[in-house]
Amino acid sequence: MGDQQNTITLVEAVTQALAFELKNNPEVVVFGQDVGANGGVFRATEGLQERFGAARVLDTPLAETMIAGVAVGMATQGLRPVAEFQFMGFIYPGLDHILSHATRMRNRTRGRLSCPVVYRAPYGGGIHAPEHHSESTEAIFAHIPGLRVVVPSSPARAYGLLLAAIRDPDPVLFLEPKRIYRAAKQPVPDDGEALPLDRAFVLREGCDLTLVAWGASVKETLEAAEQLSASGIEAEVIDPATLKPLDIHTIIDSLEKTRRCVVVHEAARFGGLGAEIAAQIQEYAFDLLEAPVQRVTGYDTVMPYYQLEGAYLPGVERILAGARTALEYSRCEPGSSISANALSGGEALP
Amino acid sequence: MHKPRLQLQASFDIAHLQYLDNQGKAIQSLPEFATPDWLTHCYRQMQLARLVDDRAVKLQRTGRLGTYPSTLGQEAIGIATGNALAADDVYCPYYRETGALLERGVTIEEILAIWGGDERGQNFQHSPSDLPICIPIATQMLHAVGAAFALKQRHQQEGVPLQAAVASSGEGATSKGDFYEAMNLAGVWKLPVVFVVNNNQWAISVPRHGQTATQTIAQKAVAAGIPALQVDGNDVVAVAWAVQDALQRARNGDGPALIEAISYRLCDHTTADDASRYRSAEALQQAWQWEPIKRLDRYLREQGLWSDAKQQDLDRELATTMEMALGNWQTRTPEPVTAIFDHLYAQLPEGLYEQYDQLRDEQQQGAGA
Repeated sequence: MGDQQNTITLVEAVTQALAFELKNNPEVVVFGQDVGANGGVFRATEGLQERFGAARVLDTPLAETMIAGVAVGMATQGLRPVAEFQFMGFIYPGLDHILSHATRMRNRTRGRLSCPVVYRAPYGGGIHAPEHHSESTEAIFAHIPGLRVVVPSSPARAYGLLLAAIRDPDPVLFLEPKRIYRAAKQPVPDDGEALPLDRAFVLREGCDLTLVAWGASVKETLEAAEQLSASGIEAEVIDPATLKPLDIHTIIDSLEKTRRCVVVHEAARFGGLGAEIAAQIQEYAFDLLEAPVQRVTGYDTVMPYYQLEGAYLPGVERILAGARTALEYSRCEPGSSISANALSGGEALP
Repeated sequence: MHKPRLQLQASFDIAHLQYLDNQGKAIQSLPEFATPDWLTHCYRQMQLARLVDDRAVKLQRTGRLGTYPSTLGQEAIGIATGNALAADDVYCPYYRETGALLERGVTIEEILAIWGGDERGQNFQHSPSDLPICIPIATQMLHAVGAAFALKQRHQQEGVPLQAAVASSGEGATSKGDFYEAMNLAGVWKLPVVFVVNNNQWAISVPRHGQTATQTIAQKAVAAGIPALQVDGNDVVAVAWAVQDALQRARNGDGPALIEAISYRLCDHTTADDASRYRSAEALQQAWQWEPIKRLDRYLREQGLWSDAKQQDLDRELATTMEMALGNWQTRTPEPVTAIFDHLYAQLPEGLYEQYDQLRDEQQQGAGA
């Protein structure tokens, strides 16, 4: 794995974080379908059973309800289970245990028992997979009190956030954007340094527009920001990373500068995280806004089979269109808005 | 017409265990653990469970307690199961378990708190590793399997003696996938877990024959490759033997087991239910003849271990216990409203500070108004 500087992919960073915790915490167990000898269908657990033994890295029978429920029992008795769902599309049989038990055990027992479980699942579209292998339903889970929903968007954040998720005393749903599992490499030292949960990351600074994106959409969002930059618009790109609880402060701080915001996500729009972010922005920073918060999202349709998934997923063009709408909107006198000025000169946006 | 020649691949038997018949007569010699002290202890605890149930239902009827699921007629299963568990075992109860909880050291105050709408009742100060009562059907069986995995790992890593987990449920729960998935994994991983099914003939209004076409509930374990036994659930000795035996095998590393304990729900499903809508008075009257306390009473008197005088003493003692618990429960300090945030996460996330403050302020303004 990796070279001398340990330059690795996102999926390799997941493996590295799992290995670090397995090595350093005897309470950690990793289990799921095909995570043993096969190393997981995406190879996220490659070599772990060989290194740490079949008593701590276990293949389970094929039953997602069971995977979710067994993790609850393990966690209440002092273990740190890291359970893998093979795809997010197959997590729903386990929802009962996540919603009804994992996230309630601490509260139900008034702190007597806790449930420090990590549920991992590859998620999102764009890999030409069969039906049920491409959905992004993070909003369903972000609605659940007591849960953390974490999505990394780079190898370094995958490593640091997964370490933090495993060490966290409460249940975490860790969604891995499989479209970028191998999209890029970066040096990720295996130093066991966790990144903070509940904190957004500013990936790019800018003062004209705030773009909020997570998971695989960060890739297109950064590309859109570069294209905007070429025409003189500097976008700030924020990755919330922890979708629940949400660090709205970092987004509001950015809006102090930019006053315009676009939220990008693959998931369907209605009731999506974009709605929550837009609602919080208008609650906390209504007077800052020069334009309505734009949502650039998947459509409110069923995620299509892969022939049409490119049309469904928000790409750079859709993000730029959302950016244009936010930048061109003016609620004040003509000419009072910097971006309106910039546009009135006829400068073509990318 | 062609009839192919088939070869038998597998077959199974389901055994039934009974010591005390309906009339309280021993049909075989009792096991060694069934000493006079043990029998009278079980008798006392079954009476206590019935008293707690009776008072809880009355409290609900007078608006002082929320919905309550009585264990009337099923006391032997709970008491025998709770009694068979060791302190370090992990019990994963379903919601109809007053007797078993009492045997685990859960206080009457805690039981009343749970059904009186106060999460602090799930604190189980005397059995801190046990899971809280579980209301969604059959989910606790998977939690018990996970707990058993943790116990097995602790045994293997730290060398402590192997302990076991026990999950309880009703027979309706055996229709759910969780039940099969729990038995299946427990079998594959050979975990120290025992599933005790209270087959009380009714899942709210649906009778036993409406749940499954199988001849017994016990045989469902055959499909998971784990041993099963059917017992007379109104015979406290039979239930105790079955649970003790299964626990012993679990602690020896021999894996899981299923016990089907046959009883009859003499009460409504809960206080929110009216069983007269779906079952006949005749059937209920007949079932009363099999109930577990009368049966044990007859046996004890036959053996010279019980008398009217002893019963009067016990009635007085239990009434006092119950009244003290009621008093403690009724004078309990209410929880601050902000408790709903206090145990949501180990540490309240910053994003929830505003809601926390809002609730606290609402409460303070309400108190000041």
